[in-house]
This record gives sequence, structure tokens and C-alpha cells, in this order.
Amino acid sequence: MAETIWVYAEVSDDRITTTSLEMLAKASEVGKAEAILLGPAPDDAAQTLAKHGASKVYRCADAVYRDYLTLPAAESVAGLIAQYKPAVLLCASSYSGRDLIANLSARLDCGAITDVGDFELTDGSVVATIPALGASYQNTSTLVHSGTKLLVVRPKSFEPKINEQPLAVEEVPAAAGDALRKVHMKERVVVKREGPSLEGAKVVVSGGRGLKGEEQFAILRELAELMGGAVGASRAAVDAGWVPYAMQIGQTGKTVKPDIYFALGISGAVQHLSGMKTSKYIITINKDAEAPIFQYSDFGVVGDLFKVVPQLIEELKKRKSS
Amino acid sequence: MNVVVCGKVIPASTVTIELDGNTKRMIRKGVPHELDPMAASAVEEGLRLTEKLGGAVTLVTMGTSDATIGIRNALAMGVTSAIHVLDDTVAGSDTLATAKLLAAAIKKLEFDLVICATEAGDSYAGIVHGQIAQLLGIPPLTFAREITVDGNKIAIKRQSEAGFDVVQSTLPALVACASGINEPRYPQLKGIMAAKKKEIKVMTAADLGVPADQVGEKGAREKVLTIGRPPKREAGKMVTDEGEGGKQIADFLAEIKVI
Repeated sequence: MAETIWVYAEVSDDRITTTSLEMLAKASEVGKAEAILLGPAPDDAAQTLAKHGASKVYRCADAVYRDYLTLPAAESVAGLIAQYKPAVLLCASSYSGRDLIANLSARLDCGAITDVGDFELTDGSVVATIPALGASYQNTSTLVHSGTKLLVVRPKSFEPKINEQPLAVEEVPAAAGDALRKVHMKERVVVKREGPSLEGAKVVVSGGRGLKGEEQFAILRELAELMGGAVGASRAAVDAGWVPYAMQIGQTGKTVKPDIYFALGISGAVQHLSGMKTSKYIITINKDAEAPIFQYSDFGVVGDLFKVVPQLIEELKKRKSS
Repeated sequence: MNVVVCGKVIPASTVTIELDGNTKRMIRKGVPHELDPMAASAVEEGLRLTEKLGGAVTLVTMGTSDATIGIRNALAMGVTSAIHVLDDTVAGSDTLATAKLLAAAIKKLEFDLVICATEAGDSYAGIVHGQIAQLLGIPPLTFAREITVDGNKIAIKRQSEAGFDVVQSTLPALVACASGINEPRYPQLKGIMAAKKKEIKVMTAADLGVPADQVGEKGAREKVLTIGRPPKREAGKMVTDEGEGGKQIADFLAEIKVI
């Protein structure tokens, strides 16, 4: 009998996140996929989950899950786990996903595996593949306790698939009690971003410490625009305050997998590599020939990006018009 | 207000971290160590809060004897005292076993606020703080880019996909700082001298009352089965810019048929 694998589905920008659908694709491949969806969501959210492989959706639309972080969701999911004992619970390596797994792993005294890139399931026993240390290693881990295995899954690890299931929604009672209303989400502030979103972009042009300042990101924007891509940044550039956090690519930021990734003035720290290493083509410009990023590059130029990028832009314009 | 900072001492940023084929753990022996820059940011937040509101900052860390250098650094920054969980039997602990030890050490202290980094700069698991909060029964406020304390109220700006969220709670609470929350201060000579007299309390799992079967490799729920290297990326082309670098990239783009 197929083992049951739960996916903790999340909503962002008013739709089910791509990572939720990626996890459903893997879950349906390995066993019987079901999803949990807590908090307000668009009307077709459960349908979307069913369409991508969820044979059942545990659902509660109560606003408590939106207005109070982590604790209500952990309470409900822990209750569901106790009742249904799925083999595996998958959560995205997102803000709420990581917080939820952290809480559940302590609450259920079962531990968890983070940064999972792939996994196998045999008779309730899980073997997870982890691209560790910025994917310079590829390790496998297991969880030795007997209950539900908690896995935190890296975005872009699987391809979402259409795998239509009849819609079966099981309503879940809302988590109640003041003890769960401790972490109050008072306000969401949206920082405007320009251009296409990083997650889905076919081309990503990223800058790092070598950009030396905020203004210099203008040439990256110009290059991105010419290539129809989005602009990203390394943690160094974000920490320096040159660009907003929403642009950060890496372990702590976004994971991207474009066809072409430009790493400009980025040395290739472990933190950054894990967010972009699986890009199809990596093109690098760096002054330092020893920078680790060159080891991952399909095409690398040792040189001054402030000379090379403008020339590239000119060249692209020229070839476009010819 | 008393603050406990939980942070790690890790191989210095100049070190390429390698794994030991036998123990499947990070090679820490003979490697220079430093206070994790993310832990230093947590220390800095603790110091700024107590400088404004009064109280002391205690550092709680777990690690081998190599951690001492990083603990001294935190003390020199201004931390009042430290607990160092130092015990051979805890080697091989997974995230939860680590959280149990740290939570037990924090319980020995009087605190209003626990500050952690969102993740350590060596392992990047990113869940230990949440586990500690649950074990202590205090609310977790995570991915903080700014912390404000007013009486027993605490608010943070929490990173989000779209920007940031304003998240509120009451003390006692745990905050996990996002990287870049601040620029940690460098220890000054006076601080470095004062640090020499400060207490580093060394404690074992037994001292903390955490049962032996809950820690180390024996207590770890997560077991590393194999370590290996991912398939190598095929070596790419590399050129030095001699005035043609931009054109060469354009040629490459043409070669892979994107332009």
C-alpha cells in the first residue's frame, strides 16, 4: 500500500506557492500525496492542489493561521499527525515552513532533516539527499524514530506536474486558545520590486560585493532588461544595504534555477552557491581569478565588470539590431 | 532586561569546510575558529538592547575547546558571562539534541529575551532557534531585521518574500536575527582586557540534566548515512579580459543559442 506523504501547502502573492506544487509532484511519485492548507487562500487553492496530485486536502480557512505565526499551525498539524500518522510531512524551506518544522520537531521529539534536495521512502523509512555545505557535498541522511518523518525541502528540487485527483477536502477545526495567539502578525509591508520576479526568470543577473555600491546596479538592470531577465544579489550586497532583501539569492534568500545566471562581482561563497548552483548556464565576471565561483561557471571572464558588462550590453544591442 | 544570546563558534570564514569520511562530521580539529558572524550580530543586538534598557547579556554556546576563542571575542564585545556546553559525549548531536542542550543551559539563567541567529554560518540548518523556543515554551519571532522592546512588549520587522512583516509578542520571547541586522562592533582593548576576568562556565550534558540517551550520536534522530561529492559540473571556459571580454560573453551566448 502506498504510504501517505503530506505536503504543507503555502500561499504567497494570492496563490499556492510553486514549491508546494513541486513537493506534491515528488509526494505523488513516492506515495499517496495529501496536502494541508491552513488560513485564508484563494477560492481555487484546494482545486490547484488536487490538480497537482493531492488526493485529499486538509483545510481550515480560519484567519488565526494568517494573523498568528507558527503556533496555531503547529498545533493543528501536530493534531493531524497524531490522528492520521502519515509517513512523511514535507515543508518548504520558506519562512513559515522552517518555523513550523522547527516547532513540530521539538514538540513531537522527532527531529527533522533540513535542506532536502530529494528523498526515497521505503517501509516508512526515509533516505534524504542533502546538497550540504553549499552543495559542495551531497550527503544522505535518515531519521531513526518511528513516527512521521519531517523534511524541509529546498525550492526548485522537483518539477511541478499536473496529476489531476478528484477534489476531496476534509475540513479541520481551527486551532483555538490564547496560548497559540502569541506571535501576532500585525502588518505586512510590501516592498515594491521592479521587473520580472526572480523565481520564474529565465535569466538572472546578480551582483555582489564587487558592485561596490547601489548605483552600480543600474548596469545590471540594463543587462537584465536586454536579456528579459531579473536582477538578483548576493548576501554581501544585501547586507551592505545596496539592494533590498527580496533580491537576495542564496541559502538565506531565494533559490533560482534560470537558464542563464550572471554572477557579477560575486566570489561564490557557500551561502550564495546553494541558491543558484543548479542554473543551466553560469556566466561569471570577477577580478579575482581564484574566486570559487569560476569553478561553477560555464563561461568565466577574469576582469573588471565595469568594463566587461558595458561592452556586453553594447554588443547585445548591436546584435539585436543587426 | 536580561538577554541570553545563543550562538556558535565556527571554522573561520577563510576555511573551506570539509567533512570527515569516518565520523561524517565537519572537520574542526586544527582549523582556526571564530565567533560566527551571525552569532556576533545576535550578540550586538543583545548589547544594544541592554545598553538602552539595562541588564546583562549572557552567551550560551556549544562546541569543542576550539570555541573558547569565539567566546572570548563575545565577552570582549561586552557580553557579561558565558556558558560553554563542552562535552565529548554531545559530539554528533543533531539539531534537536543541540536545542535540548542549549534550552537546558538557558533554563539555568534568568532571562527576558533569547536572541539567536536564524542559522549558523557553517551548517545552515536554520531550525535550532525554533526548537529552543518550543522547548522553553516561549514565542518564536524569527527572521528579524529589526527588534524593538517596549516594557514587556516586543516587536520585530520580519523578512518576508514580499518585503517585511511587523510581528509582535510579549516577553519572555525568542528572536532569531536575520543576517545583516547590524554591523557587529569590534572588541576594543578595554573590552579585551575585561574579557579575561569574565566567567566562562563550562557545563556538560550531565550538569544540565539532559539524559545521555538524548544527546550526541546516540540521541540524534537524524543520522547521516553517507557523505559524498555531487557530480562535477563540466569545466567551463575561462578567459582573461583583454578588452574583448564583453564580446566573448556575447559569443558564448550566441553559441548556446540564447541570442
